Amino acid sequence: MIEPNRKGEVWIYAEQEDEHLSDTSVEMCSKARELADGLGVAVGAVLVGWNVRELSYRLIAHGVEHVYYVNDTRLEYYRTLPYARVLCQLIAKYKPQIVLYGATPLGRDLAPRIASEMRAGLTADCTDLRLGAYTDPRTKITHENLLLQIRPAFGGNIIATIVNPDRWPQMATVREGVLRMDDGDPRRSGRIIEEKIEFNDFEQAVRLIERHRVKRKVNLKGARIIVAGGGGVGSKDNFRLIHELAGVLGGAVGASRAAVDSGFVGKEHQVGQTGTTVRPALYVACGISGAVQHRAGMEESAKIIAINWDKDAPIFGVSHYGIVGDLNKVIPMMIKAIRERG
Amino acid sequence: MGYDSIVCVKQVPDTANVTGEAMKADGTVNRGALPAVFNPDDLHALEAALQIRDGFGGSVTVLTMGPVGAAEVLRECLYRGADRAILVNDRRAAASDTLATSYILSRAIHKIDRFDLVFCGRQAIDGDTAQVGPQIAEKLGIAQVTYFEKLVDLTDRTIRVRRNVGNGWEVLEARLPLLLTVLDSANEPRPAAAKRVMRFKRARCPGEIGNQVASAMPTASAAEKEAEQARRAELLKSGGLLIEQWNLDDVKADLQWCGMSGSPTKVHRVQSIVLTKEGFTPVEPNEKAVRQMIHELIKDHTLG
Repeated sequence: MIEPNRKGEVWIYAEQEDEHLSDTSVEMCSKARELADGLGVAVGAVLVGWNVRELSYRLIAHGVEHVYYVNDTRLEYYRTLPYARVLCQLIAKYKPQIVLYGATPLGRDLAPRIASEMRAGLTADCTDLRLGAYTDPRTKITHENLLLQIRPAFGGNIIATIVNPDRWPQMATVREGVLRMDDGDPRRSGRIIEEKIEFNDFEQAVRLIERHRVKRKVNLKGARIIVAGGGGVGSKDNFRLIHELAGVLGGAVGASRAAVDSGFVGKEHQVGQTGTTVRPALYVACGISGAVQHRAGMEESAKIIAINWDKDAPIFGVSHYGIVGDLNKVIPMMIKAIRERG
Repeated sequence: MGYDSIVCVKQVPDTANVTGEAMKADGTVNRGALPAVFNPDDLHALEAALQIRDGFGGSVTVLTMGPVGAAEVLRECLYRGADRAILVNDRRAAASDTLATSYILSRAIHKIDRFDLVFCGRQAIDGDTAQVGPQIAEKLGIAQVTYFEKLVDLTDRTIRVRRNVGNGWEVLEARLPLLLTVLDSANEPRPAAAKRVMRFKRARCPGEIGNQVASAMPTASAAEKEAEQARRAELLKSGGLLIEQWNLDDVKADLQWCGMSGSPTKVHRVQSIVLTKEGFTPVEPNEKAVRQMIHELIKDHTLG
């Protein structure tokens, strides 16, 4: 761990694979910018890989001032131990006060390893980050301007705010898709600082033998409109209505866990805590009761229409328009109304 | 020959079936109202370890930290084929965050001493952090592979495993010892074996025996109770039915790194989920109302 360092920068780990920055990394830039402005410090990003210097400019456009770039053939593909060595060494050297990682499979593999070695705190899967004061109930000492790490817990039934008052850096992984990605400004300037890291044999011991990546066929995160079906849709056959409405609206097809578990549609369509978190301009929830796990993944949508038989379904609690009725009748009415609008 | 595995398991409140009574008026969780269950991913971790033992020989030791009642998940492991079960139980471990928890579990693993593989579930459903596995690996100074889905090869203490990272997979090769966190897609956990249930349903840890003795002999003196507890423990031990129970002293844990003082993260606030929207516009399920809604959505540029 490092001592609290009020002059320390706000860092993000800039996750890249195959020379592409993850969306979450770019989303985190804006949040890091906001936090750093609140603290009066600079934003730093750690970029690790082989021949990925170009990615620095996108980070800088999104508000990063210092890109700590580690360029090494041995770092071309992610492996836990050498990447953890890079981060631990740079954290010890520069003493940032905050380090954020995407709560991606990679980030959730890497960040705990670093937290353990640094003996620092780590909060998983945050959905929001703010600055605020915290008074220790035992010592009565108030710590100003701590990172408030906000996350759902207990299967999404509660929202907990976690702080790390004295064993810094304050570290968190951030859920994909919950932060807003800004447009970036190419006129911003920043510095690229190259760093060299040495590895020992143990850190090199795990070998990557084979690697396979698939392109995501369903792009829920990028969709402006999502039409999602739940268990209430009733059957795989009925689920065609969901596809049809999505088609008419030019949107993507989403689903609740109940619909996925019932085999109506593939898991890649799942929205919610264990699926994808989305915030489209319009979310149409059809036959979805609205379990907390599902709501956690969609309630930030700009507009929500809920269609459900059960007037007491919790989904109505987060909706802007609520239709209590049979989706088999309501969806065709919607399709008709949309087609006729011209 | 063979490989010795340690499986870390956890008893968790069943967060998937939360009902109204589970939340108190002040927004905190009423743990008492939630049934305690075997953390789902951990059953897959256990199965992965059992398959390696069944295929290559060796042993499977299960380890948990928690209250005395958590011995229940250890019995579940014994029913399924685990060879040895250990409960780490100590009030001084309460309020441990993931870092303190992984430290304590790593101390217990040091005490077990001989191991080739450590298995954890991908994550626990009460916290969903997925942090304890990688942190145990770091504390033990061994490598980790998360999102384990398939054993590709295991020869002469060199292991090849496939991990699934959501948008693809990779095969990694490592020398043992190694820690693996296991996905639910890795295997189908075996059910409890009837014969083993018959045998191990009487297995108890010393804490449970103490509770039994206390209720069986309410008027006895402390010394009498202690003697009876020791007698019963000895009896179970001779039948191979004693679940081992260790405290923080037994595992030589430095108290500075345990419980509250060992936990860098503090819970500042907890709120139960409040529905944020103030109320919604009801739309009648008829053509006119639906058309009106679509019209409004076009007008405010949500559509179009």
